[in-house]
Amino acid sequence: MLDVKNIKKTFNPGTVNEKTALRGVDLHMEEGQFVTVIGGNGAGKSTLLNAVAGVWAVDQGTISIGGVNVTHLPEYKRAKYVGRVFQDPMMGTAATMQIDENMALAMRRGQHRTLRRGITRSERAEYQEMLKILDLGLEDRLTSKVGLLSGGQRQALTLLMATLQKPRLLLLDEHTAALDPKTAAKVLDATERIVNKDHLTTLMITHNMKDAIAHGDRLIMMYDGRIVIDVSGEEKRKLTVHQLLELFSKVSGSDEADDTLLLS
Amino acid sequence: MIAFIGALPGAISQGLIWGIMAIGVYITYKILDIADLTVDGSFCTGGAVFVVLFGNGVNIWLALLAAVLVGMLAGLVTGLLHTLCGIPAILAGILTQLGLWSVNLAIMGMKANVAINIIDQNNLNKLLVSLRFVRGVADGNYPFYRHPILVVGLFTLAVIAVLYWFFGTELGASLRATGANPNMARAQGINTNVGKVLGLMISNGLVALSGALLSQYQAFADASMGKGAIVIGLAAVIIGEVLFSRFFINFALKLLAVSIGAIIYYIIIQAVVSLSGIDTNYLKLITAAIVAIFLAIPYWKGRFNALLTKFIRKRGNIDA
Repeated sequence: MLDVKNIKKTFNPGTVNEKTALRGVDLHMEEGQFVTVIGGNGAGKSTLLNAVAGVWAVDQGTISIGGVNVTHLPEYKRAKYVGRVFQDPMMGTAATMQIDENMALAMRRGQHRTLRRGITRSERAEYQEMLKILDLGLEDRLTSKVGLLSGGQRQALTLLMATLQKPRLLLLDEHTAALDPKTAAKVLDATERIVNKDHLTTLMITHNMKDAIAHGDRLIMMYDGRIVIDVSGEEKRKLTVHQLLELFSKVSGSDEADDTLLLS
Repeated sequence: MIAFIGALPGAISQGLIWGIMAIGVYITYKILDIADLTVDGSFCTGGAVFVVLFGNGVNIWLALLAAVLVGMLAGLVTGLLHTLCGIPAILAGILTQLGLWSVNLAIMGMKANVAINIIDQNNLNKLLVSLRFVRGVADGNYPFYRHPILVVGLFTLAVIAVLYWFFGTELGASLRATGANPNMARAQGINTNVGKVLGLMISNGLVALSGALLSQYQAFADASMGKGAIVIGLAAVIIGEVLFSRFFINFALKLLAVSIGAIIYYIIIQAVVSLSGIDTNYLKLITAAIVAIFLAIPYWKGRFNALLTKFIRKRGNIDA
């Protein structure tokens, strides 16, 4: 479903702030696969996700989604194939618009926007039903401005919006990192439910090694702009945090793993 | 005082006309979150196009339509400078505004001022709005429905109705999303550049319409008639918001509040002029001061509240 071939990205080339974020990343994901991504700060996790989403162009390499080469498509065109939830809860929704209006915008992702009604009555009823799956009581607040919701509620809503039009690929960029532990668990639960229901091909970044192990059917770890660990199947199921740390030390050739991964 | 009351119908008419421009400013400033300075130029463009076309015998509705279209073109230029050339929105607006100064003069045949011949009664009667009709209706020489307040009021309602419809469509909603959260908009497949350009075009089309109506009302277009228009527009937006934001939640009512804000602004200005007898050349300074104060109020309010909470907390500690 996702084919990333040897992508490279350097920010601010030729300046003192030059930072090579991706040093040749290859990643192939099968349809329906749920991959979790871990790695310390600056390992290139978010850069990889943004490269796939098309936030900027990569310096080298190709990206295909569902057989379509999207390497040169701008972000808004790739949105046709990609559903996204950001780390910052403020980023995925329009605060000054109502819950139903936000959902109506997401419902038309990948479609041509015309002078038809922006939201219809039958849609509203549909959204009300869908919001129940989040179990946050949002179904009764359809016309509330999204800015009035909590970070967790906004994140859950963004998740639902990302999947209203079944995406070829769902990108989750540490979408629970800014939430308190209880809310984070709730949003992760909702994630699991939604991903399983539609068998979505999912790429989820997380800071939390336990979450990375508990969720998904494949785990990759990034270090210094490369994918250094890639486990799936039986091996992934049996993985422990301790083993993962050991594995990382071996691959990266240093003991800083404990610090960078656990503290970040 | 009598002079002030006598001038009220005129002030309200002018306020309504500028209100249409202010609604245009609302679209860029509030919906798209862009401070678009093109309006200082495109306001005059609308007036110039209208006066020249009407003076050459073009049908009044066609002349108005042409004014709107040319205004939209000005918005398009600013939009392309901003999105295609990566120039910051404020600077793009200033560039277009500066360029329009020459364009406006060129439209008016390199004259700073072009009048509509309203000595010709036939010509005057063709106009939709005119200062003459304010007096004319009062004297009974014209039927009441020719009164500018009524005519421009209908224009305003029509503009609000169309905008209300448009911003409820899929395309209009994508424009609102572009202004509210461009990241989200792009993630939902919205081309935010198209949204910005389209918004700037609609806005400047309305500004030009307002300019065309004003030049009709005062029977001339002047190269400097748009000077400070953006500030008057902001004043109207802010006055409308301060006074009505609590009970005007609906989008159409918010636009109406802008229009009322413009009327209030003109009544205030008229009051200052009539009651204090101040030199009208000071009006721009007064306007700038009013807008500066209204823009600063939310910031001061926040700082004052922060100080207050700090003070209360400190006292709480001492008491404990």
